[in-house]
Amino acid sequence: MIERPLYSGPYAHERVSVRRTMLLVVFALLPATLFGLYQYGWPAIFLFVVTLLAAIVAESVSLWVMGKPQRPFLLDGSALLTGWLLAITLPPWAPWWIGVVGAFVAIVIGKQVFGGIGQNLFNPAMVARSALLVSFPLEMTTFPAPQPLLSAQAPDMAQGLAITLGDTTQVDAVTSATTFGHVKTELTRGAGMDEALAGTYSLWEHLLGTSSGSLGEASVLLLLLGGVLLLYTRVISWHIPVSMLGSLALLATIFHLINPSLYLDPLFHLMAGSVILGAFFIATDLVTSPVSVRGQLIFGAGCGVLVFVIRTFAGYPEGVAFAILLMNASTPLIDHYFRPRVYGRDRRGRPLNHGDGEDRRP
Amino acid sequence: MKLFRIRGGVHPDDRKQLSAEHPIENLPLPPLLHIPLQQHIGAQATPVVTRGQLVRKGELLARSQGIISAPVHAPTSGRIMGIGGYPAHHASGLSVRTLTLKPDGHDEWHDSCVGAAAPFSLSPEEISTRVADAGIVGMGGAGFPSSVKLNLRHRYALHTLVINGAECEPYLTCDDRLMQERPDDVRDGVMLMARALGVRRVLFAIENNKPAALAAMRESAKAQADLQIVGLPTRYPMGSANHLVQTLVGKETPARGLTADIGVVVHNAATAAAVNDAIRHGRPLISRIVTVTGRAIRRPRNLHVLIGTPMDYLVEYCGGFLEEPVRLISGGPMMGQPLPSTRVPVVKGSNGLLALSASEVNDGAEMPCIRCGICVRVCPCGLVPLSMVATIRAGRLESSVRLGLLDCIGCGSCAYACPSHIPLVQHFNYAKGELAAQQRAQHKQGEIKRLIEARTARMEAIKRAKQEAMRRRKAEMDGKKAENADRRAETAEASR
Ligand code: SF4
Ligand code: SF4
Repeated sequence: MIERPLYSGPYAHERVSVRRTMLLVVFALLPATLFGLYQYGWPAIFLFVVTLLAAIVAESVSLWVMGKPQRPFLLDGSALLTGWLLAITLPPWAPWWIGVVGAFVAIVIGKQVFGGIGQNLFNPAMVARSALLVSFPLEMTTFPAPQPLLSAQAPDMAQGLAITLGDTTQVDAVTSATTFGHVKTELTRGAGMDEALAGTYSLWEHLLGTSSGSLGEASVLLLLLGGVLLLYTRVISWHIPVSMLGSLALLATIFHLINPSLYLDPLFHLMAGSVILGAFFIATDLVTSPVSVRGQLIFGAGCGVLVFVIRTFAGYPEGVAFAILLMNASTPLIDHYFRPRVYGRDRRGRPLNHGDGEDRRP
Repeated sequence: MKLFRIRGGVHPDDRKQLSAEHPIENLPLPPLLHIPLQQHIGAQATPVVTRGQLVRKGELLARSQGIISAPVHAPTSGRIMGIGGYPAHHASGLSVRTLTLKPDGHDEWHDSCVGAAAPFSLSPEEISTRVADAGIVGMGGAGFPSSVKLNLRHRYALHTLVINGAECEPYLTCDDRLMQERPDDVRDGVMLMARALGVRRVLFAIENNKPAALAAMRESAKAQADLQIVGLPTRYPMGSANHLVQTLVGKETPARGLTADIGVVVHNAATAAAVNDAIRHGRPLISRIVTVTGRAIRRPRNLHVLIGTPMDYLVEYCGGFLEEPVRLISGGPMMGQPLPSTRVPVVKGSNGLLALSASEVNDGAEMPCIRCGICVRVCPCGLVPLSMVATIRAGRLESSVRLGLLDCIGCGSCAYACPSHIPLVQHFNYAKGELAAQQRAQHKQGEIKRLIEARTARMEAIKRAKQEAMRRRKAEMDGKKAENADRRAETAEASR
């Protein structure tokens, strides 16, 4: 006779786990990341590794402080993913301490303070990125032009290490504005759009990833490839990316049609900056986005609108991080008000009544 | 035929191939049968036999008690060894009143078991009475007395009978085999039920992963113009009555209502076969087909088993365990019940005995909810399981009810797909149980209050009556005194 503790079904389970989900996201980021590391060479590789390690150390320390078990939580892959997302949104040649400070802010303030995995209101990587941008504006806006690994001008390993350790002389030599930064500066100088765009705007560069920017802004094509993988493995659904990109494109189109010399065209909005990364990898962050389909559509649309508004009307050249953080804050509200309709009930929760007793006998 | 979409659902690995190719085999007579008096939803049956009595196969052992109840019959001929408590076919392992029958090996039918000569000329009342007398209950696991459902025609305008041959639970193949091997019996049972319900339209739904059963039923249904065999997309929980009806007729059953509210009655394919046996051959429900399967079973099989046969007898017949099963389940892996032990008997609703090995259950460690929304995506009822669990954990049961706890059909899709391995259904079951207990307590309190009030009222009445009587007596006494006084005065006067 076999005695077992009482336990409700189901007794079958899909082969899924938190770790699998997190690692799939990391896997989807891999092509774009590898390409970005190649583009920016040794300094980028060092910064990337330092940031990941710092994230894992921060997670481990937090777990220790809170007396939680290390193994299951370190192995769930969430700290790795957070570190990864942060690393690819940093300027690739930023000094090491940017990565370390960012990782600790992300893990400790962005996640563990809220109670650990699943409890945080804001996307940890975006919290850290925004905190860094506000605290260290110089380091966070110094972008080198791509210097592919092994190319003639690229720093070798020793030079790379020096850059990561904070030697800025080399960085200054190759600094180049990001597309958005450039356009913004030019426009504020009073230049017209055509002039502002001259020489910077190349869709191909963005698609392939040879324009300057953070690792994650590098190649739109490779990011899209990762996004498709996430959709295919059903880690994310299409609702947030499509509504976010859709609303952004719609607004951009309308404004561009009204005054093309003041407003960028929609393709530019979609291709440049970190919108693609944001739409597929950051806004879709499971923990901080709504759970229902309608909620996700609203959330995505809100992100798109905010990205446009921040980029166009606010002082910052790039608005993806702030837009997503703002929408993160409204997730609980969205979840509360936009629940799916319950089977057998109308939207207001009353039992359905098909034609009022038509089917019943008197 | 146009089918309608339902929301959510999952595609569990069905593992039906373990037992699907094995034709139904008759299990030999076991040495003892343990027949519980409660194998259905409703009131327990009342025994009509005594200890030591000899009974024949099909003889009434216990009659139904009340409107929602079902009688119990002797699965074979033999002697009643006793009536007493025996572990129930239920997770709790509590004992229920059970008749123990020792088969005499002759397997002789009782004289009362005679079929109707012309089943299709019986009136609807006669059909449903015979179904009630045969002790037929829903054989898909729920165990609701079938005749009660056949009588719904009195209260609802019904237009369609849906036969559930979906068998959407993984592993189970008993209905599949039944439909393949006895399609005509199933068909006749279906048409008899249609006659009892007075409906013209019969939709017989089978999931597309059972091509042989579909073909057999299609062939058999050729003779019946009203009977339409429908292939269903394979998706769990297609066999949930509400969702099956929605798929077929495109309407949702109103919350807290019955499918009859939209004119549809659902019966199970195995129930149909039992109805045919009862009416055509006069045989009550005394046996059923059980799928014995799981990777921990040496030889998975589909067995024709007498009600009351202990589960370990089935396991033994199937070659015993290959390895110690990590879970032992009655029914399918999604909605089945854990069995407290293999001593418990097969009952009318037992469709499967699953012995799952560790490789099959994927018991991951529970992690915190990562709000992935997968449970929301797969819930066929439009619920938000993660919020329901959060409120239940916080002890706010009313909030969980407002979020739809009572609309949850317990299908387990959410828990099946949750990457954090949160036992969502367990939380829901706990909360549902807790609510029911609270309701009972409230009811009981109400009852006590009513009794106390009644008693107070009675006491009051008695007191008032006493006072009244006292007053009357006093008045009378006073009257008498006055009379006496008068008389005395009179006599005094007279004597003067
Ligand atoms: S499926 Fe599990 S982890 Fe995902 S939201 Fe639902 S309860 Fe949370
Ligand atoms: S068990 Fe309940 S909450 Fe979970 S999927 Fe099924 S109906 Fe929805």
